[in-house]
Amino acid sequence: MNLALPAMKPRRKVVSSRVLIYAALSLWAFISLFPIYWTVTTSFKLAVDVTQGHLIPWIDFEPDWRGWRSLGLSPDRIVEVSTARQEFLQRFANSITASVGASLLAIAIGAPAAYGLSRFKYRLGPWRNDDISFFFLSQLILPPVVLALPFLVLYKSLAMLDTKLGLIVVYTLMVLPIVIWIMRDQFNAIPNELEQAALVDGASVWGAFTRIVLPIALPGMVAAFILSVVLCWNEYFFAALLTSTDAKTLPVMVASQTGSQGIDWWSMAALSTAAIAPLVLIGIFLERYIVKGLTAGAIK
Amino acid sequence: MASTELSSPLTAERQLPVSHRPPPGRKAAGRWLIVVSSCAFGLVVVAQGLGATGVIGFAFDTWRPSLYAFLLWCIALGAGLVMTKGERGHQLLFLLPALLFTVAVVIFPTFFGLYIAFTDWNLSSVGGRQFNGLDNIRTLLGDAFFWNALGNMVWYVLAVLVQYAIAFGLALLLNAEIRARKFFRVAFLLPFMLSPVAVSWMIGKSILEYRFGPAATLARLLGWDSPAFFASAWLARSSIMAMDAWVSIPFIMILLLAGLQALPHEVSEAAKVDGASPLQTFWKITFPLMLPVSLTAVVLRIIFELKLADIVINVTAGGPGGATDTISSFIYREYRDRSNVGYGTMLAEFYLVIIIVFVTGLLALANRLMRRFT
Repeated sequence: MNLALPAMKPRRKVVSSRVLIYAALSLWAFISLFPIYWTVTTSFKLAVDVTQGHLIPWIDFEPDWRGWRSLGLSPDRIVEVSTARQEFLQRFANSITASVGASLLAIAIGAPAAYGLSRFKYRLGPWRNDDISFFFLSQLILPPVVLALPFLVLYKSLAMLDTKLGLIVVYTLMVLPIVIWIMRDQFNAIPNELEQAALVDGASVWGAFTRIVLPIALPGMVAAFILSVVLCWNEYFFAALLTSTDAKTLPVMVASQTGSQGIDWWSMAALSTAAIAPLVLIGIFLERYIVKGLTAGAIK
Repeated sequence: MASTELSSPLTAERQLPVSHRPPPGRKAAGRWLIVVSSCAFGLVVVAQGLGATGVIGFAFDTWRPSLYAFLLWCIALGAGLVMTKGERGHQLLFLLPALLFTVAVVIFPTFFGLYIAFTDWNLSSVGGRQFNGLDNIRTLLGDAFFWNALGNMVWYVLAVLVQYAIAFGLALLLNAEIRARKFFRVAFLLPFMLSPVAVSWMIGKSILEYRFGPAATLARLLGWDSPAFFASAWLARSSIMAMDAWVSIPFIMILLLAGLQALPHEVSEAAKVDGASPLQTFWKITFPLMLPVSLTAVVLRIIFELKLADIVINVTAGGPGGATDTISSFIYREYRDRSNVGYGTMLAEFYLVIIIVFVTGLLALANRLMRRFT
């Protein structure tokens, strides 16, 4: 008994700390997932299910397509022509064009710049590489409100207001610092000898970059791309000010419907579900790229 | 960095595509290309400027010709640099697109914004814009709503420290020996992926809704009779902070988790062998070692927090009585509802100055902390 006691105590302690850890993990998982669960299930509810606070489908309420019908996306409406669905799909397509276009452009101009900053020595007047890198990074602190209005005037005089191209340009500016940050970290991690060998074999600087370095840096590029897409997809401020009818994106559509109150929750829930679905899928299947992108450069 | 001497004597004769020193003829042609294209670009802009102000009778509908002239100038500049500088020119070509893009897209709005900021421009007034000197600054200094919003920003920035504490706890949990780590990691990350606008509805307008929201129902069950999450000033601010934390905690958590995973295992093992309690190990070893990552995460988060707007605009529109207003949401309403372009821009530029001073101070402080503890 006397001998067993000291051995027992740590064991009980270990078990109870295990329980605590899993309890905390489950609690936070619940906090993280419940709003998503709530939104998805509410899109299948009727008014009475909302007011009575029913939570679990098939157990305390019968799922209904009503919310999705208002978007023209329910099984019985999918074959008919529906203006609501057309509007939704147009916004959806706008969001895809703007976010993918901006991310591609940011990578197209950001990756070479990051490579140059990682490999060559630049001198632009008093500026060296570190100053140039800091100049790019410092764009991160510019709040959108400072740029929004001049952009409004600029786009008006360039006839680019309410165009997808206009959004792409603003979003490229927004994600370019992040792309350069991630890519520079990637290129720094690639040994210089590989390109040296290629150059000895007669490749040009650009040839060595596109054929040798870029394939190696591809995972980092994918990470930068996905992170950029997510950030652009969620952007609201510029889209709300710079678009009105043609180029409106999904967040603007969601926001414009939020104002109309009342008990019309199912259609709002359906709209929100559709707006976050691509992101949830990216989060589940491409999580490691998001993590890779976020942690690039932050950890030595 | 050794790449500046890419062409050692050995390889010089085999470098066919890019000659190291361009022939004098091509060099002169390149210089001419840059000069001519710069003149052409300048001419187009000046002509358009004169046309727009009515000095000459002819004017285009839009400023697009200037835009095209700028793009052509960029291409000519790149080609000219390669022709005059050879290898160096190619190296510059890597940097040039990003640099020209950023300068063009940032410099113009900043300077034009400075000009607008000193006008009384209101989109709904017929008079157009008039230069009004320091009037906007005077209004700003007396604008109680602006200073109130700035005061709120202090609270929002301080809330980042709470986010950091929670995120650290979650990162430690995820770093422990657990099963289903992948599931928990994905689940914890998901809120970060969602758009703040969607979150505004999902949480702000439905879960926290007064009548039927599950959070309100839960609060009633717990004995709180009227769970109005957005009625009183402090409650509304806390609710906005909670939503913002929900979205941004994963960001800090991911950074901290990566930092924890990069820590050498031997140190904490050694501490355990020496009989240190987990709490001691954390405060004496883990926390100091994590300081660089922590500072990076917190500084980044504060920079993003200073732009907080979407959730406030969509959930409370600054209410009740400006208690939840951020600077960005306040200026947004100035533009959107009052069309007060001149004044709104002055607010924005003023805020930018505050941000630059604040972030510079913050970075200096972070550097100092870093040097003291590492």
